[in-house]
Amino acid sequence: MRTVKITTVLALVAALLVVQARAAEPVKIGFITSLSGPAGIIGKHMKDSVELALDHLGRKVGGLDVEIVYGDDQRKPDVGKQLADEMLKKHRVHFVSGIIWSNVMLAVAPTVTGAGTIMVGTNAGPHELAGKMCHELYFTTSWQNDQTPEAMGKYMQDQGLTDVYAMAPNYAAGKDMISGFKRYFKGKVVGEVYTKLGQQDYQAEITQLRAANPKVVFVFYPGDMGIQFLKQYAQAGLREQIPLYSVYTVDEISIPAVGDAALGNYETRYWSPDLKNDANAKYVGDFKKKFGYTPTFYGAQSYDGILLIDSAVRAVKGDLSNKKGMVAAMRKADFKSTRGRFAYNVNHHPIQNFYLLRSVKPASGEIEMQIQKTVFENHKDAYYQECPMKW
Amino acid sequence: MSWLLVVEQLLNGLQLGVMLFLVAAGLTLVFGIMNLVNLAHGSLYMVGAYFAVAFRAWTGSFAAAVVLALLATLVVGMLVEVIALRTLYERDHLDQVLATFGLILFFNEAVAIVWGRAALFASVPPALGGFVELVPGLRYPVYRAVIILVGLAVALLLYVVVSHTRLGMLIRAGASNRTMVAALGVNIRALYTVVFGFGAALAGLGGLMAGPIYTVQPGMGEELLIEVLVVIVIGGIGSIRGALVGAIVVGMVDTLGRAYLKPTLATVISPTAADSAGPALASMLVYILMAAVLYFRPQGLFPAVRGR
Repeated sequence: MRTVKITTVLALVAALLVVQARAAEPVKIGFITSLSGPAGIIGKHMKDSVELALDHLGRKVGGLDVEIVYGDDQRKPDVGKQLADEMLKKHRVHFVSGIIWSNVMLAVAPTVTGAGTIMVGTNAGPHELAGKMCHELYFTTSWQNDQTPEAMGKYMQDQGLTDVYAMAPNYAAGKDMISGFKRYFKGKVVGEVYTKLGQQDYQAEITQLRAANPKVVFVFYPGDMGIQFLKQYAQAGLREQIPLYSVYTVDEISIPAVGDAALGNYETRYWSPDLKNDANAKYVGDFKKKFGYTPTFYGAQSYDGILLIDSAVRAVKGDLSNKKGMVAAMRKADFKSTRGRFAYNVNHHPIQNFYLLRSVKPASGEIEMQIQKTVFENHKDAYYQECPMKW
Repeated sequence: MSWLLVVEQLLNGLQLGVMLFLVAAGLTLVFGIMNLVNLAHGSLYMVGAYFAVAFRAWTGSFAAAVVLALLATLVVGMLVEVIALRTLYERDHLDQVLATFGLILFFNEAVAIVWGRAALFASVPPALGGFVELVPGLRYPVYRAVIILVGLAVALLLYVVVSHTRLGMLIRAGASNRTMVAALGVNIRALYTVVFGFGAALAGLGGLMAGPIYTVQPGMGEELLIEVLVVIVIGGIGSIRGALVGAIVVGMVDTLGRAYLKPTLATVISPTAADSAGPALASMLVYILMAAVLYFRPQGLFPAVRGR
C-alpha cells in the first residue's frame, strides 16, 4: 500500500516536471526577410506585422512562450540559405517563416523542409513550390505568383484591351507574373521585357517602350523598383498617353514616395486595407495605431503566418514534435485571416478571392487603394494538379 | 525614325554616364591622392539625396536645397575624413575596405533613424519638368537633359581645376609623390580634407540630382557604387580623365545593351533563347567589359601617372 503511494507521488512529481520542462521550452520561429538596403522597407512592414500578431496573441504562440529570430537576407538567395541553415542548426527553430523574393524562397524552402522543419512562406509564391516541388512541410499564407497577374489578365481581357507591352524584373517571380498574366489575357502582346532585379534606371526600356507604341502597359515592379518605374514612366510623359496596369507595384509602400504619379492606377490583389472583415479591421486599425502608417499585403500575410503557426501549435497542445498533427491542423486554415475565410488547396497554397483595386484620393487627402470589384472568387493556382501530394 | 530612337538611347547612355562620373570622380580622386579605398562614397551620394529632400521641404525651393545640400554634404565629407579616415591612410587596403564598409552600415542606419526606412517623396522641380524637343520627333525630358549638362560642366570644371590651378597642381603633385609634397611645406593633411570634402560634394551632387528620378531610401548608394567601381577599374584607378571615359563607356554599354542586345541576339539565335539570354547578358555586359579591360589592360584605359 505504502509503496503504491510513493510510486504515485513520484509519478505525479515526474509528470509535473515534464509539464514544467515543456512549458520552459518556447516555440522558436525564424523569420527571414529583407531588412537592409532598398528592400528593407518591405521587411519593416513584415516585421512590424509579426510583432502585432504576437501582441494580439498575448506574446504566446499556441499557448507557449515564443522566441522570434529575425534574419536579413539582403535580397540574396545565398544569404537567405545561410540564414536558414543557421536558424535550423544553431537556434534549432521549430518554424521558418517570411521570405519576400521568389529566388530566395527557392533556395530556402528546400533547405528547411529537407531538415524536417515546417516552412511558412509569407510572400513569395514561385510556381515550382506549388507544383512539382510541393512539400507537406511547406505552406504559404500569401498566394502563388501567377494568381494575382491572372486576375489582372482576366480584367484586361474583359475590358477588351489589346497591344500590351509587358515588363518585369528578370527573376523567378518576374517570369511567373508574365506567364500568369498571359494565361488569362488573350489579346496581342507587342513586347515582353525583363530588366535586372533591383534596377534603378528604366529610361532605356521606357524609350524602347514608346517606340513600340503599345496601347496599354502591364508591369510587375515590387518595392523600390516600382517607385522608380512609376516616377520615370510619369516623367517620360507616358502616364497621360499609355494607361499603365500593374501588380505589386502601386501599393502602400510606393504611393507615399511617388504621390500623384500613381493616382488612378489599377492593381489586382487578394487583400486590401479596406477589405471588410473583423480580423482585417482589427489588424489595420491596431497597426496604424501602433506604428503610425498604413499596412501592406506584405504585412497582412506575415500577420496571417504567425496566426497559422499559432493554430498549428494550439492543435497539438504544444507538442512541437508532432509535425503530422501540426500539418493536419494547418491544412484546415483554422484562424482568423485578414483576408477572411479561405481554404488550402492540395499544394498548401490558398484558394482565395482576387479583387480589382484602384488608387484614389479621398477628401482626406492621402492617396489610398480601394477595392472596386471581385475579379475571381475562390481562385485556385494553375499548378496544383502537378503537385503529387495526397492529403 | 529608328535613328532618332538610337539618338535618344545614346542620350540616355550619356545621362547615366555623367551620373556615374559625378560619383566616380570623387572616388578616384580620393584613391589617387590619398591611396584610400573608400567604399562609403556611395553613402555620401545617399546623404546628398536626403539633404536635398530635407532642405527642399524646409525652404520650399529646389535651388536653395541644391546649394544647402551641397554644402552640407561637403561638411559631412570633411567630418568623415577627419574623424574616421585619417587613421586609415597608413593601413593596407583591406583595413580600409573593412572600415569604410562599416561606414556604409553606419550611414544606412543613420538615415533610417533620422528619416525612416520608407522611401522619401522627391519630385522633379516644376521648372525642370516637361520636355524639350531637341530635333523634330525627339522629345527628351528636361530634367535628364539638365543632368547631362551639369555633369559635363562639372567634368570641364574639374579639368580646369586639376590642370590649371594651384590646388590642382598640389593635387597632381600629391598623387605622384606625397612625401615630396609634404617635404616642400604643403599641409598635406589639410589638402586631404579639402579633396575629400569636394569628392563628397560631387557624390552629393549626383545624389541630389538622382533623388527625383530614383528612390531616396537607405541603401540607395550601394547599387550605384558597384557600377562606379566598374567605371574606375575600366578608366584606370586614380585618373579623372579615366573616370569620365569609363563612366560614359559604362553608361553607353549598359543602356545600349539593355535596349538592343535582345533584338540583336534574336537575329542570331532563336527568339525564345534570346528572350531568356538577352536580359541576363545585358545586365552582365559591363562586368564582361570590365573583365576584358582587366585582361588586356590591367592598369585601365587611362591610368594615373604615379611616381614612387
